[in-house]
Amino acid sequence: MTDTSQTNAPVKLSDAAIRRRMLTEFWFYFSQNRGAVVGLAVFALLVLIAVFAAVLAPHDPTTQYRDALLVPPVWQEGGSASYLLGTDAVGRDILSRLIFGAQYSLFIGIVVVSIALVGGIVIGLLAGFFGGWVDSVIMRVMDVILAFPSLLLALVLVAVLGPGLTNAMIAIAIVYQPHFARLTRAAVMSEMKREYVTAARVAGAGNIRLMFKTILPNCLAPLIVQATLSFSSAVLDSAALGFLGMGAQPPAPEWGTMLAEAREFILRAWWVVTFPGLAILISVLAINLMGDGLRDALDPKLKRS
Amino acid sequence: MVRFILSKLLYLVPTFLGITVIAFSFVRILPGDPVLLMAGERGVSPERHAELTAQLGYDKPVVMQYFDFLGRLLQGDFGNSLVTKKPVLTEFLTLFPATVELGLCAIIIATLIGVPVGVLAAIRRGSWFDQISMTAALVGFSMPIFWWGLLLIILFSGILGWTPVSGRISLLYFFPNVTGFMLIDSLMSGQKGAFTSALSHLILPSVVLATIPLAVIARQTRSAMLEVMGEDYVRTARAKGMPPYRVIGVHALRNAMIPVITTIGLQIGVLMAGAILTETIFSWPGIGKWMIDSISRRDYPVVQSGLLLIAALVMVVNLLVDLTYGLINPRIRVK
Repeated sequence: MTDTSQTNAPVKLSDAAIRRRMLTEFWFYFSQNRGAVVGLAVFALLVLIAVFAAVLAPHDPTTQYRDALLVPPVWQEGGSASYLLGTDAVGRDILSRLIFGAQYSLFIGIVVVSIALVGGIVIGLLAGFFGGWVDSVIMRVMDVILAFPSLLLALVLVAVLGPGLTNAMIAIAIVYQPHFARLTRAAVMSEMKREYVTAARVAGAGNIRLMFKTILPNCLAPLIVQATLSFSSAVLDSAALGFLGMGAQPPAPEWGTMLAEAREFILRAWWVVTFPGLAILISVLAINLMGDGLRDALDPKLKRS
Repeated sequence: MVRFILSKLLYLVPTFLGITVIAFSFVRILPGDPVLLMAGERGVSPERHAELTAQLGYDKPVVMQYFDFLGRLLQGDFGNSLVTKKPVLTEFLTLFPATVELGLCAIIIATLIGVPVGVLAAIRRGSWFDQISMTAALVGFSMPIFWWGLLLIILFSGILGWTPVSGRISLLYFFPNVTGFMLIDSLMSGQKGAFTSALSHLILPSVVLATIPLAVIARQTRSAMLEVMGEDYVRTARAKGMPPYRVIGVHALRNAMIPVITTIGLQIGVLMAGAILTETIFSWPGIGKWMIDSISRRDYPVVQSGLLLIAALVMVVNLLVDLTYGLINPRIRVK
């Protein structure tokens, strides 16, 4: 008897099983996009490089080998096998600096996106949930921040706070935050009209619970996509700030800062300039490819027609 | 339409005030005494310090200072540079044409290449052209343009020796500054070789600056075209037996262009950010380089007013984009 009633009733899946199904479905859509899989692989590699930098790097990133200034890469005449990608103007091994630079880029991306995401979610939730004058004031402030070209505002903020990596990250996060606030607000406003929110409210859920437990989980998809895109922009913009002398300060092996130091040698030693930029391009490209795949997999409205 | 314009204009007022508040508070949140900061390392005597404090209005309450600041702005007084002592507005207007010339060239390059590439990629969807051009667009979109610029300098100036490394024109030429646009001025001067020199100085920086907008425009055009090509009216036009070039050129392209025009307009902010980097790499004497130089020279009045002017400019251009959008897309106007 009990057996038949069990088969007739809709299969009740445990939360873990539902999550597993969602992940399978997500992976199905994500892996449809070949570029996204390549991007993910490159990004995973980058993470590994950053984590095991100390093991992988043949040299210390800041040690200056005074007898090996501007040594070309190994395949070029005059190159040396102990400096595979050559050395810079003060004799530091470029490959080792690039490997340690991966730590900087990933760290910057994570910090910037976390600050911007958390700030944007809280602000966007407040605006979308309460509406009215709270919404108007918050969104006008966001408009003002968005009126400035992002790199310029970040530059000026760093000039105020003082050049350096921490301040550069804070500045970039402040500049990116309105995008998250806007997205959250829009998603919250459309979710607010749904019946499940009214149901939760009738059931006696308080504002905080409604905002963070009921509504927020249903607004995450566009935020995840935006977070990925912001991650790559953060890597680019922090490298730009480093290049302009406002980000990480020498002798830090940050890729943008390396480019700034290499500028005067561009016509004499191409490798000093080429490799750090290539590292930036490859990381940003990998993250953007991943972002495209995430968008395809997470956002049904934007799925490729 | 008038109501639409008015409502948009009204919308700008709080944003503009917000911009002035940010630009104003920028100097105020600098740690330390602003007068000492401006005096630099030499310092000032106590009497001179008091005199300067009163003269600059720093002895008044902050709110009063803000309204003074706003009042001066509305009269067109943007303060004077600490380094050159010249009015900031004069400096801005002198350097502005250089940035406009660079930005216009970049956006023309980006549009002339980006739109056709996007259209072709959409028509030949899935072909090798589509795949290659969209991969290239993604690479362009991910490009650190300051590095891209350096690479082009290595190739075209270093190895091939085709283009100069920096500046707007060779020092051999001298002619009156009429329009501020080097291409036009050099042409009007009638000097042999001047125009070629100006053009060869302009080409690399504008290609570098065009890279990201080009990628964005190509991608946006492709997706807008794909969307429009699936619409009923395109199918109807096809079913009527209309030749493909008319279906694409008249029915699809015109509608697909609406979001693309907005995208092109919105690139102005991207261009301003790009100009900072591009002008620094190529020593292009425009607004971007001026801002960077002023930041490193701690010329705060210039940074403050420069930030304000640039933000106001971006805001006005965005308004124009919005209005154009309303003009070509009646659906927006009514809403």
